[in-house]
Amino acid sequence: MTKILVIIPCYNEGNTLPLLLEQLFLLKLPAHYQMKIAVVNDSSGDDTKWVAALYPVVLLDLSVNLGIGGAVQTGLLYAKQNGFDLAVQMDGDGQHPPRELPKLVDDYEQKKSGVTIGSRFLVEGGFKSSFARRVGIRYFHWLNKVLTGKSIYDSTSGFRLFDKKAIAIAVDKYPDEYPEPASLVLFSKAGLTIQEVPVMMSERLAGQSSIRNFASIYYCLKVTISMLFIFIRKLN
Amino acid sequence: MTRIQIITILINFLFIAYVARLIIKGKLREEYAIAWCVFTLLLIVFSFWTKGLELMSKIFGVFDPPNLVFTAFIFIILVYLLHLSVVSSRSHHSITRLTQELALLKENMNKEEQAKAKM
Repeated sequence: MTKILVIIPCYNEGNTLPLLLEQLFLLKLPAHYQMKIAVVNDSSGDDTKWVAALYPVVLLDLSVNLGIGGAVQTGLLYAKQNGFDLAVQMDGDGQHPPRELPKLVDDYEQKKSGVTIGSRFLVEGGFKSSFARRVGIRYFHWLNKVLTGKSIYDSTSGFRLFDKKAIAIAVDKYPDEYPEPASLVLFSKAGLTIQEVPVMMSERLAGQSSIRNFASIYYCLKVTISMLFIFIRKLN
Repeated sequence: MTRIQIITILINFLFIAYVARLIIKGKLREEYAIAWCVFTLLLIVFSFWTKGLELMSKIFGVFDPPNLVFTAFIFIILVYLLHLSVVSSRSHHSITRLTQELALLKENMNKEEQAKAKM
């Protein structure tokens, strides 16, 4: 029996959450998988909390807005405390279609990687985001390669599966604001294998990316610094 | 004693009294108060001891004494700001952990309540 926790960090996703949850409940995973869903409400101003309460999910309600990293970490903390074998992060805005989840699970079953990332760039078609964003993603690809020696194309993808070891590490040290690229340095320093799997992503149904315009310069700077220091820092 | 000396000494005493009041009322933790008391005492010493500044400038090889004051104080203020950033980062980290633990606790409580309701 493999226990898997689907972590859905939500910030004002009351409109898109029902569709995502319905799709998740219909999902067929291998027979020995036992799936549980954790909705993390990051102090949304809308009715996210009440919408989630209508479904048979674990509702983790944050009283203070922590940002995506802190929200995901809450879910991982729950996974660790309740003995889950796997945890998968899936954004609440509909960008990560549940039908792609079995691909991550299949890949994990074959390779048993520490972290399995759903990547937009290994497959034709699907939503690829704007030009400027692709430049940024290419930059992080380069920086990651320099620091970890591994080639990960979609280091900003939040659609990822953690195994037990990765959960334990992330519970302790997951970066809180823009965690995706920086945590890869962390995981590869801890000696975990990182695997990319092609998935088809959709454009978000509602809401905006947390990374826009001037914020993107701040994003690049912050993530670069974060990655460099995680690289230098001793693990324990 | 010149007029400016009297004014600075007076203001310094008012300032130290205010810091003391904040500590007494529990609005300022003692460890931060130490820095403020030390700064104020330094100011008081130099307002009484006017030759002191010139002497210090000579020792450090600064041509114009006021420049020593500016350089030294800007440096001290920068160090103190850095210290405050460290303090605020630490609080930030604690708040994150507290919020997460609280969310897990709330979830646990709800589960228990539901279990009770079913019985």
